[in-house]
Amino acid sequence: MPSAPPDGLPVPEDGSLPASALAEFAGASRPFGFYVHVPYCASRCGYCDFNTYTATELGGSASQGSYADDAIAEIRLARRLLGEVDRPVETVFFGGGTPTLLPAADLARILGAIRDEFGLAAGAEVTTEANPESVDPAYLDTLLAGGFNRLSFGMQSARRHVLQILDRRHTPGRPEQCVADARAAGFEHVNLDLIYGTPGESDEDWRASLDAVLGARPDHVSAYALIVEDGTRLAGRVRRGELPMPDDDVLADRYLMADEAFTAAGLGWYEVSNWATDVAARCRHNELYWTGADWWGAGPGAHSHVGGVRWWNVRHPAAYAQRLAGDTSPAQAREVLTAEDRRVERILLELRLSDGVPRSLLTEVGRKAADRAVVDGLLLPLAGDRVVLTLRGRLLADAVVRDLVD
Amino acid sequence: MPATPPVNVPEPSRTDPALIRNFCIIAHIDHGKSTLADRMLQITGVVDARQMRAQYLDRMDIERERGITIKSQAVRLPWTAPDGQIHILNMIDTPGHVDFTYEVSRSLAACEGAILLVDAAQGIEAQTLANLYLALENDLQIIPVLNKIDLPAAQPEKYAAELAHIIGCDPEDVLRVSGKTGVGVPELLDECVRLVPPPIGVKDAPARAMIFDSVYDSYRGVVTYVRVIDGDLKKRERIQMMSTGVTHELLEIGVISPEPKPSDGLSVGEVGYIITGVKDVRQSRVGDTITSLHHGATEALGGYKDPKPMVFSGLYPLDGSDYPELRDALDKLQLNDAALVYEPETSVALGFGFRCGFLGLLHLEIVRERLEREFNLELISTAPSVVYRVVMEDGTEHTVTNPSEFPGGKVAEVHEPVVRATILAPSEYIGTIMDLCQTRRGVQIGMDYLSEDRVELRYTLPLAEIVFDFFDALKSKTRGYASLDYETTGEQESALVKVDILLQGEAVDAFSAIVHKDKAYNYGVEMTKKLRELIPRQQFEVPIQAAVGARVIARENIRAIRKDVLAKCYGGDISRKRKLLEKQKEGKKRMKMVGRVEVPQEAFIAALSTDDSGGKK
Repeated sequence: MPSAPPDGLPVPEDGSLPASALAEFAGASRPFGFYVHVPYCASRCGYCDFNTYTATELGGSASQGSYADDAIAEIRLARRLLGEVDRPVETVFFGGGTPTLLPAADLARILGAIRDEFGLAAGAEVTTEANPESVDPAYLDTLLAGGFNRLSFGMQSARRHVLQILDRRHTPGRPEQCVADARAAGFEHVNLDLIYGTPGESDEDWRASLDAVLGARPDHVSAYALIVEDGTRLAGRVRRGELPMPDDDVLADRYLMADEAFTAAGLGWYEVSNWATDVAARCRHNELYWTGADWWGAGPGAHSHVGGVRWWNVRHPAAYAQRLAGDTSPAQAREVLTAEDRRVERILLELRLSDGVPRSLLTEVGRKAADRAVVDGLLLPLAGDRVVLTLRGRLLADAVVRDLVD
Repeated sequence: MPATPPVNVPEPSRTDPALIRNFCIIAHIDHGKSTLADRMLQITGVVDARQMRAQYLDRMDIERERGITIKSQAVRLPWTAPDGQIHILNMIDTPGHVDFTYEVSRSLAACEGAILLVDAAQGIEAQTLANLYLALENDLQIIPVLNKIDLPAAQPEKYAAELAHIIGCDPEDVLRVSGKTGVGVPELLDECVRLVPPPIGVKDAPARAMIFDSVYDSYRGVVTYVRVIDGDLKKRERIQMMSTGVTHELLEIGVISPEPKPSDGLSVGEVGYIITGVKDVRQSRVGDTITSLHHGATEALGGYKDPKPMVFSGLYPLDGSDYPELRDALDKLQLNDAALVYEPETSVALGFGFRCGFLGLLHLEIVRERLEREFNLELISTAPSVVYRVVMEDGTEHTVTNPSEFPGGKVAEVHEPVVRATILAPSEYIGTIMDLCQTRRGVQIGMDYLSEDRVELRYTLPLAEIVFDFFDALKSKTRGYASLDYETTGEQESALVKVDILLQGEAVDAFSAIVHKDKAYNYGVEMTKKLRELIPRQQFEVPIQAAVGARVIARENIRAIRKDVLAKCYGGDISRKRKLLEKQKEGKKRMKMVGRVEVPQEAFIAALSTDDSGGKK
């Protein structure tokens, strides 16, 4: 989640949701998911602006040991607030931070609480992010036994000097081994995350990373352009001139290299930064975000969306634990989306997908802009009166969105 | 020195012309005129120490801060001459800058004498010299005075010799004063009585009074300063403006000493003010002749001219919604500025604004500064332009004050205004100055040594070359020692072309320029480069071209942007993304569209604001 939460409206102390949101939630046929934010890392990476803390930063105030109990308390609160509605959970995603810093049993226990309170749908997707250096086969066995069926490893690069700039601690080759271990343990779905455009990364380095990923044969790849986020150590180094700012043209070239390599290897894009071997390999949890479905985000700083209401939890683990101990909602603030907000969000999210956006979502001005973008080679008309980004359009998605939301 | 006014002072309207001395002070901006005037006010007793404040006569704040006097006033000072006779000294303050030559000439026409005031540490400046020549043309008695003799850096011998050389007197005749300490000021006043001739007019003739200044006052309306040449004006009589035939009632008449003092009238040779209740200085024009409605004069005094704007510039509010405020502000300023003209104008780049005409660059700066300071407006101004006369092959003529209105088609001749420039500088800079004038298409018409190491250079220069940055260049190349004066002398035919700047084939009006054909290429290269740096990349390649007619003389490309997408989009990013999008949409609304190219107004402004607008080297 981003470093700076948006401004919002206050949330009642008990966390109760507006009746309209509850009614929409109860009657919706769209999927419901759970996100669990584990806000701990062994060390902080220089580029990272996520809500995460090292043991030193926390100074013993909110220990990892009690985290599972706090998260479970929030899951129970969720059950109370959402009412006795029968909406089994379709996807669960543990992210962070580094979820695998916790004992595998803790992750399984939290998942168990979700199962107990809400029930898991048949074939539910249950993912955890994992750091290549913090898992071993025994750990993976415990996760699998606990109900996890998808793993996402933060590989970032196959090159030592690139990993060093990113402050990643694993050695090259380790993520590929993790994929093999995951397969051996019986995980059906494995993702590798990549970052391109790191200062010091050459086209050749990037090519090596792509080759390493494809050699490991995951069924899903995410590739993100490095963003120099304000307030990070990396931003400081760029500001002081120690590292160059990633160049947009270079980032565009790297993206094209990645898309070409993945496509050739049978991984098709289905979201601007995500590729999968087939529909079943897509990350259903992320798709839930991108299609305006409902999810509850548990954990410090986690964001939720239920029936047109978005809210976000207090960010510090100690504050989070304290709220739950006092039987109050950990939500910090929320926003109630208007119909226009939701229309705009649909355009900006769905346009990033390979299914594209229905033109019916656009105003007349927006439809004209879409026609123009088709002429300019940024959009492609699809069957069912939809438009989808072309390869060049994907690289200019934000600009296209700005034109389409008018 | 008398601290209180003498008794039995002659009253306005009943003063014997033989006792009147009308004089002005000719001085460069910072040579201490206002300080000397302050001392005169004190020494003659019209202002006591308690009321005294620095630069007493400079009413407007802007003048006080810049240390310059824009609007002149006339102060009536009683002074007892060494013979014991009380005289009336009318000190007429003159504007001190090149743009106000006409106003200066009218002030001079109201006087019989002029104090030539020169800083004893700096010597005479070009502006002063020019006004001195004007005074000599008006047959004024010149009293040469060196000021600031208290300064350690003063070189009174050197500059007395210089002044003596210029006006053809003995260096011993040059008075030495300190406006700051008051030394020599009483003697100077005595010399005024002794040397300045009394006014000569016909007392029994129909009234004729010359307007030498006209100031708008928000409480009183227009206050008009006059010098009565013949006859007299009386309280409450009806008067007539001879240039327009418009009549007014004299609601108030009086003298300034140094606050307004109403009187029964003003008679032959006297200087004072009138108030008629008009609200606009255009109804009471500098140079015009006032006469009585009944039994008035039939012939006006000579020398009246309509103020003629020489320099034009587009003024635009930075925030387009300030346009009505800008219009109101210009309306108000015009009440007090007969030379300011303006009409609405629209620009692709800058939106709605006004094409404004000014007497010159300083006038432009003053108006702009007053608009920003007094009306809290943020403005952008386009590069100043002069008035071109374009003759087409079919004989038709166009007057062009805005380069974007330069006619297309077959142009036979282009005429541009030229000036006669006078530059005074230490002789070591002669080469530098000649180089500068040469590159600005100047033609030398003369050169004189004022003293061993000071020289006067005279050039004919196109006004267009001066209105950009000539003065700044001159100052920087001579380390501030050179001074400049110029007066327009007519026009010349020149090989001028219009350079258009095109974005993706569409001309951007604000950047069109009329330049000499030898400089067109430079202007084109500089402007296209600058815009390439300032305009953000678009989704498509944008060519920036400079063209003369259909011929492209310079070209730059803004490469198409290739990446405009945030890679990640997690659940927690959605609100932030939507809010960012809303912000970007707001930003997009402020973009100016040139064809399909989105240009932030800031880019236009930056291109126009930079010191060097190109093509002028």
